[in-house]
Amino acid sequence: MTDDKMENGNGARSANGAAAGAGATVELPVLTRKDFVSDQEVRWCPGCGDYSILAQTQKVMPDFGYPKENIVFISGIGCSGRLPYYMNTYGFHTIHGRAPAIATGLKAARPDLMVWVITGDGDALSIGGNHLIHSLRRNVDVRIVMFNNRIYGLTKGQASPTSELGKVTKSSPYGTIDFPVSPLAIALAAEASFIARSVDTHTEHLQKTLEAAGKHRGSTFVEVLQNCNIFNDGAFRDFTDREVREDRMLILENGQPMIFGKDRDKGIRLNKHLPEVVTIGENGVSEADLLVHDETDPLIAWMLAHLWWPDFPVPVGIVRNLTRPTHDQMLSDQIAQATSTRGAGDLKRLLNAGETWTVE
Amino acid sequence: MNPAALKANLGELPAGGALIVNEDAFTAQNLQKVGYAANPLTDGSLKQWNVFNVPISTLNGRALEGLGLTNKQVDLTKNFFALGLMFWLYERDMAGTTAWIDDKFSKRPEIAEANKRALKAGYNFGETTEIFHERYIVPPAKLAAGHYRNITGNEATALGFVAASKLAGRDLFYGSYPITPASDILHQLAGYKNFGVKTFQAEDEIAAIGAAIGASYGGAMGMTASSGPGIALKQEALGLAVMVELPLVVVDVQRSGPSTGMPTKTEQADLLQVLYGRNSDSPVAVVAPATPSECFLYAIEAWRLALKYMTPVVYMSDAFLATGAEPWRIPSLDDLPSIAVENRTEREGFYPYLRDETTLARPWAVPGTPGLEHRIGGLEKADILGNVSYDPENHHRMQLLRQAKIAGIAGDIPPLEVHGPAEGDLLVLGWGSTYGAIRSAVERLQSKGASIAHAQLRYLNPLPANTGEVVSSYKRVLIPEVNLGQLSMLIRARFLIDAIGYNRVRGKPFRIAELEAEAERILQTIGATVR
Ligand SMILES: Cc1ncc(C[n+]2csc(CCOP(=O)(O)OP(=O)(O)O)c2C)c(N)n1
Ligand code: SF4
Ligand SMILES: [Mg+2]
Repeated sequence: MTDDKMENGNGARSANGAAAGAGATVELPVLTRKDFVSDQEVRWCPGCGDYSILAQTQKVMPDFGYPKENIVFISGIGCSGRLPYYMNTYGFHTIHGRAPAIATGLKAARPDLMVWVITGDGDALSIGGNHLIHSLRRNVDVRIVMFNNRIYGLTKGQASPTSELGKVTKSSPYGTIDFPVSPLAIALAAEASFIARSVDTHTEHLQKTLEAAGKHRGSTFVEVLQNCNIFNDGAFRDFTDREVREDRMLILENGQPMIFGKDRDKGIRLNKHLPEVVTIGENGVSEADLLVHDETDPLIAWMLAHLWWPDFPVPVGIVRNLTRPTHDQMLSDQIAQATSTRGAGDLKRLLNAGETWTVE
Repeated sequence: MNPAALKANLGELPAGGALIVNEDAFTAQNLQKVGYAANPLTDGSLKQWNVFNVPISTLNGRALEGLGLTNKQVDLTKNFFALGLMFWLYERDMAGTTAWIDDKFSKRPEIAEANKRALKAGYNFGETTEIFHERYIVPPAKLAAGHYRNITGNEATALGFVAASKLAGRDLFYGSYPITPASDILHQLAGYKNFGVKTFQAEDEIAAIGAAIGASYGGAMGMTASSGPGIALKQEALGLAVMVELPLVVVDVQRSGPSTGMPTKTEQADLLQVLYGRNSDSPVAVVAPATPSECFLYAIEAWRLALKYMTPVVYMSDAFLATGAEPWRIPSLDDLPSIAVENRTEREGFYPYLRDETTLARPWAVPGTPGLEHRIGGLEKADILGNVSYDPENHHRMQLLRQAKIAGIAGDIPPLEVHGPAEGDLLVLGWGSTYGAIRSAVERLQSKGASIAHAQLRYLNPLPANTGEVVSSYKRVLIPEVNLGQLSMLIRARFLIDAIGYNRVRGKPFRIAELEAEAERILQTIGATVR
């Protein structure tokens, strides 16, 4: 953009008015959750997990210090794809699977914006798999939040790429014969610089996770386990329910040993190169034997992407967090570099380049 | 020519034409490879042409003796020998080509030297031998006064987009996935970083147009380019751009299909795909330059329309136009009009789908504008408000509005120009790269006294306002196209006239003679006389 409003740089400003980015010094009102609620009626099924994800998203928005006009929500198609209509920011409900591509172009044109992508397991991993992979590997500075309900909700209950093998759905009356994928493993293989998982109903944890995602710079992938109470009710109940979750889920903390359980007595230890569940105090196991989480370790991330109940507790939290140059930053740098070495483009010279002649 | 080239191209040469062959290449093995039972140089089958046998390989090899090159390297330079001979034959100056060789092989001076020697040897051969009885002096084509350079369609297209970006005062974003014959535009634009051009080699065609839409949403000039197979992949996203009414330019450098077809060969068969290849009624504006030079102007024109009407515009070129070169009169920057438009910033009275009364364009309110936060998307919009709406009457109204917006562009483009009488026996109507062949055929017949005119459409949607009147002013209308009758079908349907198609899809442009013959045939059917 030649418009000075749209110059490169961080469009974030802290809510108390201090400039958090270049060139922003304007006093801004303190924003609250309510500022991010649009006037549109929310139309998900009553009891859907999407309500909670929306509420937590609206709650964390003021924390980032961006004025709301600098925040954009882009979605694909699916129940999840409705979310942008409910955010009082800029929003773009695009086409099935392509939101990461549209976000890539927007972010390239407008590095000053904070861009979120809202997607579903079918939208992101089926029809949009290619765009997901490539936006992650390019480290496009976009936060992708994937609502994983292990089903196609909007189209009324067909199997999705995360549906478990043998699952009976409308499109698989004899059970699916397709092995499911781990979304975290795909994000990892695609070299996302930030990967995390949370649960719709674990509101505090979800808020914390979204907050960390919002503060990351670069390709950010968050899988939210989401209950579709109409077409796949209770998909995660076995380990997310209040009564069992502490014993069946592992909350990741960077630099901390992998401990879980109501009594904080269970942990993950490596046996040769494979993880196993152990009990602290039994068979001579102490906390010192446990694996310590490291958000920069690719092997730990790979292992975490494959832990699942009932063989293991299901990990939630930040799996990976790396600092890498972002796509828009490298693009802007190249332009700055080319301009400083070759001078700002001179159209007249460009048109007259090469061999020319004059006709009288 | 060697035997393979002879076989492939002989059909193009009128009787009496000069045929220069590399005698050395007519070995038994080469002849057999392309299926010649006997040597055409000796069996009398080339009698109707003027054949010049030149032992090019031998002569060239001798000229390069002492340079220390391998046989293979020497062989590679023989085309320059042939080129040198042509320079002599047509009395052309070789300075430009020698400079080009020096530049191209600046890192390998020995190769540059070899190529230059081959070139000179060819020229000198023409001068010293007596096998050619005449030289052809082609006077430089009659060009208007001005400053010129040679340019191909793809080069002009890329330059046109950079110029459009300057004239609009916005950055260009070019998302593309490589495909012949469109890739060269990507290559060229990728080098223009210091013009603020952002290029993006996407993971596929869909991502390329998706990213372009995202860039336009952000206020840049988002565009993408491809050829037929890639355009097919982009259609769903193009429909999204129609629905959200954002400016976007999509370039279709057409090639021969269907499917992968003949990727390096030309065709004009994407017209209906571009106009009607999306779900529902989904109107886009379509422009089609007719010559390499025009590619520059229509790149700017495509952007003028996209910005002014907040609409996707498809720019149709083809392999022939893309790679064909011609002298281009370099425009002065002052002659180029500004195409700048404003973004909406005013809060008072802002509605995402409240249209401009004359253009029917909706406001362009880009993220980052305080107070204008709103949501757009592919779901049907309530007129004016822009909220999601399933109201039946609203949908009908919006379909009509989208159609009316594009149709209204007809009042903002020049009328269809006719070359020849304003009414008469025959109109030859074309579009795109057929311009040159049609124009020459028509002029030949005009000089023979025929009542014949030529019109070339540069706008395919909407058609120029006077199109109906023009096509109704002649006894017959002939529409030559390198497809099986796409524009013919549109003209017949729209204006209820009995247009006659001339359709040949050989991956090649039309020959002047075949169009002339066809036009003459039609003239005879209505009893018109041609001298
Ligand atoms: C090109 C295209 N194909 C198919 C559809 C139909 N469709 C809409 S959403 C969807 C699946 C959505 O599943 P998911 O991404 O898991 O989202 P959820 O509804 O579960 O949130 C499908 C197949 C479409 N809108 N567009
Ligand atoms: S179908 Fe499922 S995912 Fe969609 S809104 Fe209803 S409960 Fe939520
Ligand atoms: Mg789903």
